[in-house]
Formats: sequence, C-alpha cells, structure tokens
Amino acid sequence: MALEAGTPAPAFTLPATPDQNVSLSDFRGHPLIIAFYPADWSPVCGDQMALYNEILPEFHRYHASLVGISVDGAWCHGAFAADRKLHFPLLADFEPKGAVARAYGVYREEDGTTERALFVVDGNGIIRWSYVSPVGVNPGADGILEALEAMTLASTSPTPAKG
Amino acid sequence: MQSLHRPKLQPAVNDGDHRQGPDDAPVTLVEYGDYQCPYCGQAHPIVRALQQRLGKRLRLVFRNFPLSEIHPHALHAAEAAESVNAHAGAAAFWEMHHTLFTHQQALDDSQLGHYAKAAGGDATLTVADVAAGAFEDKVRADFMSGVHSGVNGTPTFFINGARFEGNWTDIEEFAAALEAAGA
Repeated sequence: MALEAGTPAPAFTLPATPDQNVSLSDFRGHPLIIAFYPADWSPVCGDQMALYNEILPEFHRYHASLVGISVDGAWCHGAFAADRKLHFPLLADFEPKGAVARAYGVYREEDGTTERALFVVDGNGIIRWSYVSPVGVNPGADGILEALEAMTLASTSPTPAKG
Repeated sequence: MQSLHRPKLQPAVNDGDHRQGPDDAPVTLVEYGDYQCPYCGQAHPIVRALQQRLGKRLRLVFRNFPLSEIHPHALHAAEAAESVNAHAGAAAFWEMHHTLFTHQQALDDSQLGHYAKAAGGDATLTVADVAAGAFEDKVRADFMSGVHSGVNGTPTFFINGARFEGNWTDIEEFAAALEAAGA
C-alpha cells in the first residue's frame, strides 16, 4: 500500500541520465512532486508526463520540483524525454528493479511496473499528499496543485494559539 | 486510505465562455480541447452529432487546452479563434472552431488569417493578434482552469460539471451519459 501523508519520504538516489544521479536530498527546502508511472512510451496524446510538462511553470510558482519515476532504464528515459521534449528529470528505478517503488509501496508485482502514483513531499522530506490512480487513468494535476496550495497556506498562516 | 479525488469543473460555466445552445439547457457539456490534437479532431464530429441529437436540451462549451509542447500550432490556432470571437462574435468563433478541427493538417500561422476571413472574421486583425499574443492570456486562463478541474489529456469532457470518465468514442455511451444528466 502506498505511503500516506505524514510519513517521511524514503531516501533514494537514482540515475537521471546514464552518468548523472538524482537524490531525494537534492530537493530539501522545497516541495517535490514524485510521479511514479508504469512505463515510457505510453501511446496516448497528452499523456501524464506530457501534461505535467505543460504545467511545469505552475508547479514552479510553488517552488516545487517534479521528477518522474518508472522502472525503465536511463537510456530509454533519455529517448522518451527527448521525443516528448520533457523539461524535468525521469529517474530510472531499474537496478535493483523497482526498489524505490517498493519503498513507497507502489510496485506492481503482477506486471513488474509501478503504480500510477503521486506523492507531494515537503521541504523537510515529509510526504504531505499521496494518491494512487487506476493504472489506466491519467490522474491529472488538480490533486497536486491542491496539495501544494494547502502546504503554502499552512506555512504562511499563524500558528494557532494553544491554551 | 487514499485521498478522495473527484475532479470538478472550476470555474463554473460563465459569460466568458464560448457557449452554443440555450443557457438554460438541462445539460451542459464542456470540452477542453486542443485544435492540433488528433483525438480532439476525432471527437469533433461526435460532439456535433450529439448536439444534433439533443437539440435545445444541450449547451456546448469549449475551453482551450493546447498542449503546445507536443503540438506546435495549437496555441496560435486557439489564439486565432479567440481573435475571431473578439472581432466578429460567437457565430464566427464557432465557424472558426469547426474550420480548425477540420483542417488539422494545415494549422501553421500562414493559414490562420485565411481561416479567420472564411469564418467571417478579419484576416489582417487576426494575423496581427496572433503575432502580438493578444489572446495568449485568455488561452492560458482556459488552460489553467482545465488543470485545476482535473483535465488529464485532450479532449476531456465535463457533463454538468463532473468529469466524464466514460468512452467518448462510443457515441451511444456518450449520449446516454448526457441523457442521464438531463433527466
């Protein structure tokens, strides 16, 4: 089962390109959106990664970064990202296969891929929102934006007085 | 438990929207579309057939959702349609909308002025508007409303404000969903 809000996000270091790694800790201090998806080259127009690519400027307004993660290898990710002109990193959860997906509770044993799962992690590395979509359904971005908005509100409103 | 996730149209249909059909129709179908998206092109005759079928019981609304990273002509096409709307009114807009969806293989900037004129607009004004990005903000606002409403690809449809999760390529299923919403 997918990790829930309030859980520390499991650390990871994964290849973004054949010679460059990306770690969860690289994003400390700002929100991070982690989008697990089943596979590169999904044959639909306006697929999930293409959609997020268009919305990237909006995520940046919240100082949030985005990474996509699937079990595809770094060379495959490179070709896919170039084809779709993606402006955010795709991380290869390739060896040991699906280890990060397992840590987040979103590995699919039955077909060897990951769930279509979203996590919004705050600047302290705590998961603030998570969502698992049916694998064939692109979850869109409204849930991500709501989570980012809620985090922004929480961090700017005064601490309620206790007593 | 996972968070609840029920995409809902926001903002609601309003005077700033392109609307076809009576404002008091029992069923409102909102399409978020991209003029260069082949699936939207495929959906276009289906939507028109549904309009025929439901007549005055259906109001159609179109909002722009250009995926400009993968469809290089989509943004300018949308801006051109907005320009026609601003200079020549709603009827011309819907003509332009139809022209764009039926000429998806020829949407480069050099064509947009011709289409605007043929739709009843002014070629020179529309070419200038597109060059100046005069309606880019309007298109962008449509796009962001789609993002917040849970648009997850193009086309995405909302029936009376709720995202249609069915198969729009099946006109019977699509029509049944519209009929159910208006019952």
